[in-house]
Amino acid sequence: MPTPNPKEPPPSAKSFLIEIAIYAALVLIYFLLVLHFLGDSVKRLYDDDKRWYAVVALSLMVGQGFGLDWLTTRLMRVIRAKSE
Amino acid sequence: MNFPISGQHINPVYLIVVGFVIGVFGGFFGVGGSFLAGPALFIAGMPMNFVVGTDLAHIVGKSIAAARKHQTLGNVDMKLAWIMVIGTVIGSELGAQGIQMLKRTGKVDFTVGITFVVVLIAVSLFMAWETLRTLRSQAGKPKRPPRKDFSAFGYVSKALQRIHLPPTVDLPTSGIRKISFWIILLVSFVGGLFSGFLGGGAGYIRMPLMVYLLGVPTHVAVGTDLFEVMISASYGTFSHAMKGNVDIMVALVMHTGAAVGAQIGVAGTQYFSGPKIRLAFIPLPLIGAGLIIYRLLTM
Repeated sequence: MPTPNPKEPPPSAKSFLIEIAIYAALVLIYFLLVLHFLGDSVKRLYDDDKRWYAVVALSLMVGQGFGLDWLTTRLMRVIRAKSE
Repeated sequence: MNFPISGQHINPVYLIVVGFVIGVFGGFFGVGGSFLAGPALFIAGMPMNFVVGTDLAHIVGKSIAAARKHQTLGNVDMKLAWIMVIGTVIGSELGAQGIQMLKRTGKVDFTVGITFVVVLIAVSLFMAWETLRTLRSQAGKPKRPPRKDFSAFGYVSKALQRIHLPPTVDLPTSGIRKISFWIILLVSFVGGLFSGFLGGGAGYIRMPLMVYLLGVPTHVAVGTDLFEVMISASYGTFSHAMKGNVDIMVALVMHTGAAVGAQIGVAGTQYFSGPKIRLAFIPLPLIGAGLIIYRLLTM
């Protein structure tokens, strides 16, 4: 079977651990701040309009997925640039 | 923590830990992790209709992080993924129709459960046989780099690649020069059929099909499957949310753990060869089969 060509080399253990630590800190802050205040308004939407709830639910999940990934990538670039 | 949408009181630490474990598996094996997430939410007291929808919503978020990470490593074949989305959507719609038909007979839980168990055990047994044969055939030979893939079942994918039923496509990312569009569509249709019939992303069947039938290297199959699961799970989430079956707050909390776990799982694929990833995959379908058998016996 063929071998794929990686676009970037595997990260070092140190940079990978920093990345994971940043990711964990970000999701913790997000969890404490955002989700706590979001609950009631999302519940109201769920009760009032299922169609809009579906749009908002999917948007929140996609936004959280891309948002966390984007933030980590940017932060890692800064860390790597400073360590070089 | 109280989750008012599903009316459940669930410890958020439990959800984060469950999400983390599923994230590691998902990032490493390219599966959605429904076979673990479903029972974990059910045990936490969530009604079954919310289990199915909420699990799909959490899969969307987890697959985004993992698929993007795989993309930076060159493990996502975009052309293959978009072709597969077509087959998956058609297959999952037909699978869902099958469920509706079974609902009318009142035997849906038993029939789906038994089918699931048979498929999961068959996938595990076949992968165990193939992987051990591949690893034995490589014993004593010079060590290959972790990303170099090989399979004792490779002659099947080569035979399928020789069927040039038009239109044909080339998949440079997967290293496939020419393959019939219809073969890709058929493989993704089968994956979609299982997804619609049995729920979840059905990565446990799609990933092996991509490796053994299409001849996609394991690393690329994992990354491409995650991308494809992201699209098909989004469709499923929207559909279930419209029916009121998604507690998005539970899914968002689970995803905070899954996001971290997926990063670790994806990074892990770089240090293992294709057959070793497949070997580690073998117990996963068996765990799922065990959980279903337990549920069928305690129903």
